[in-house]
Amino acid sequence: MSDHSHALEHHTATGLDSRKVAIWTFIGSECMFFASLIGTYLVYHGKSLSGPTAGETLEIPLVTGGTAVLLFSSFFVVMALNGAQRGNRRSLLFWLSATVLAGLSFVGMQIYEFSHFVHEGLTIKTNLFGATFYTLTGFHGTHVSIGVLWLATLLILAFRGKITPEKAINLEIAALYWHFVDVVWVVIFPVVYLMKDWKP
Amino acid sequence: MEAHVAEADAHSHPTAGLYVKIALVLFLVTFLEVAAYELSHRGGNAEAVMGPILIPVLLVLSAVKFALVAMFYMHLKQDSKLFTGLFVFPLIIAAVIAVSLMVLMSYHLHYNAGLV
Repeated sequence: MSDHSHALEHHTATGLDSRKVAIWTFIGSECMFFASLIGTYLVYHGKSLSGPTAGETLEIPLVTGGTAVLLFSSFFVVMALNGAQRGNRRSLLFWLSATVLAGLSFVGMQIYEFSHFVHEGLTIKTNLFGATFYTLTGFHGTHVSIGVLWLATLLILAFRGKITPEKAINLEIAALYWHFVDVVWVVIFPVVYLMKDWKP
Repeated sequence: MEAHVAEADAHSHPTAGLYVKIALVLFLVTFLEVAAYELSHRGGNAEAVMGPILIPVLLVLSAVKFALVAMFYMHLKQDSKLFTGLFVFPLIIAAVIAVSLMVLMSYHLHYNAGLV
């Protein structure tokens, strides 16, 4: 396949890369998915007939650490992309490894938090808070886990020297997904954790 | 051609220095969020001042972080406006759905409780 036909394969009549159009369209649909989960959480906030409630259960320090790690992972992945676009393999490998580690740390934090809550008596079946909390944060955690797998795959490709400046678009698309997962948490953190004592 | 596109993208995206500055601002805003929460639970004057405005403060700070990540890390500031449209339009629909759901359910629950 010639360079010209390869380029035509990925560029639309708008002149934009079709893969970027696709990921932005997907992100748009994900906005509505998470809005419905956040909206449902807020509608049922404070409506549980029995405990434990959000105010009794949620702990701020651990999750603040997780939030900081996720925010920094967004920084790490743009630095990795910066390295990939400039053909700086060392920078790409360092920052992409840091991103994967940060993602794994966040998932580990969430697993610890969930197991702690279950031990405290809060399961998805306990009350409305348990049902909406685990559904919302569980779906987010699943998205983070998928992002970690995606970035880890790209890290293996980068180690094999297959993420060249010409192929940096593959990392850019994964990075867009990763940033979206981050901005969803930017909303979940204050709405679920910092507003836990809010009385509607 | 793809190499040229990648090169052009690399040049149009922000520099590493700007990424560092945005990361510091994001960290600072997260610190302010937690500080606002702590002040609203401390008791005394701090709670009296921060308690009633905690939710608007948190929503504004969260919106700032959201906008910074979308504009600079997701490159919406530099990329095609079509991408901004693909992101912002569903976001507006999503926000309207979430707010409508809350208003509707609030009315429904008050109605069932005999308050409306």
